[in-house]
Amino acid sequence: MKYLYYPGCSLKGTNRHYEESVLAVFKALDVDLEELADWNCCGATAYMAVDEMKAFALAARNLALAEQQGNSTAATLMAPCSGCYLVLSKTQHYLQEYSEVSHTIDHALKAARLSYSRQVQIRHPLDLLVNELGLQAIASKVQRPLQGLKVACYYGCQIVRPYAAFDDQVNPTSMDHLMKSLGADTVDWPLKTRCCGGSLMGTVPDVGLPLSYILLKEAQKRGADVVATVCPLCQFNLECYQDKMSEQFKEHLELPVVYFTQLMGVALGIPERQLGLQRLFIPLEPVLAKREGGRHVRV
Amino acid sequence: MHEWQGQPRFRYEAELDLRFPEEVASMPGGRALFNCIQCGTCSGTCPLATYMDYSPRKIIAMTRAGFRDEVLHSFTIWLCASCYACAVECPRKIKITDFMSELKQRAIQEGVFPRRFPVAVLAREFYDSVRKWGRNSESRLVLRLYAKTNPLQLFRQIRLGFKLLRTGRFSLRVEAIEHPEELKKLLSAVESAKRDAFGLGSDHRTHQAAEVARGVT
Repeated sequence: MKYLYYPGCSLKGTNRHYEESVLAVFKALDVDLEELADWNCCGATAYMAVDEMKAFALAARNLALAEQQGNSTAATLMAPCSGCYLVLSKTQHYLQEYSEVSHTIDHALKAARLSYSRQVQIRHPLDLLVNELGLQAIASKVQRPLQGLKVACYYGCQIVRPYAAFDDQVNPTSMDHLMKSLGADTVDWPLKTRCCGGSLMGTVPDVGLPLSYILLKEAQKRGADVVATVCPLCQFNLECYQDKMSEQFKEHLELPVVYFTQLMGVALGIPERQLGLQRLFIPLEPVLAKREGGRHVRV
Repeated sequence: MHEWQGQPRFRYEAELDLRFPEEVASMPGGRALFNCIQCGTCSGTCPLATYMDYSPRKIIAMTRAGFRDEVLHSFTIWLCASCYACAVECPRKIKITDFMSELKQRAIQEGVFPRRFPVAVLAREFYDSVRKWGRNSESRLVLRLYAKTNPLQLFRQIRLGFKLLRTGRFSLRVEAIEHPEELKKLLSAVESAKRDAFGLGSDHRTHQAAEVARGVT
């Protein structure tokens, strides 16, 4: 099995541990990932706020390149970042639904000697792992079950809304099932798709900070040992500002926030450096050791 | 940006811009705006509503009534984090999130936001980086954002910066694509297609000139 892989800026930047863990996990499951050659910015939310049509054009170039490289019109393009996933999916929808978008974009692609036939499938790694590889296949490769680990599965917004069809838009469960197949427990956490604040953390911190704080506080209250995320912006907001939240809300917060692929990697017995665990501000290993009854097993 | 005065603003009909709702509704799928039944599901769903000067429901009502200045000057449009919670709950299938994004685009085009307002500066910096390099280099983007809006933030974020350095997550390398010329052709073709379709957006150009004359920008 082979998928094309669209990293996006964040997985090459401050969230390279997402890329590291995605690559390691798919390799361990014998799935080939091939990076999309010469990919450009997806046209994410911040760009879309300046010029939506150009954002569609950026996304369409990536889709056209995927079609070329995949050597088939039905190539699968995997996008781990929720922002990229949304813009690529939105572009696909708009190209199919609105002729004014479709005309302009076809014209622009032609000017760049490209063409796109609307057939590339845009998928998130969570979707591929749960619905293509299957929980049983994953469970059969578990070497270090995450026994007793209480995980709060955070889906955030843009992988479930508004385009994704692989899970519920308000109460998704695929990651919960995935974590259970690794031996972990999941906590019942109704905020799993509530907004983390997105880029407001950087632009209007007075608003961004409380949004993320509410999520963490509720996860902690419900007994979570760790929060599992699927999006670079969520992971960054929830993890990197915990000391600021502790200061502002006068309450000590220290809850590891990791990528779901990092937890998968641990369960599959992949060495921690290959999963980028050393890049976490709040280490995961102490929590794992505690749950394993004090045995600190280094893998 | 208007401070909320504690009581609703009112306008005489002659002061309203009745072209505004039509302009906004020209976005893809935008006609649905006129289907709004003002039920308030969007405002009830929105996690940011509590911080907004006008709730999403009000923004829709004001747009339809032609409150152009109030809508484009509102804090609301910049606080929308694009989580799409409202859009999937709307019983009239209005693309509320995309509608907020349309309003942001109009506010940026017309320059109606404070010079150093971070949300708009971030959007512009992001846009420029993609125009030049085809990609966006995260750490550089954030540094430029703070330098242009609030340099003091750079010092406040120094602890975060060190942690990112220590964990190998900070990089000043410029990310760029191999074929920027292809991208340039693509984007300028979009530009010229839009010019052909809308006659150089004469509408907002005139409006922009009017705003400049009134000293808003």
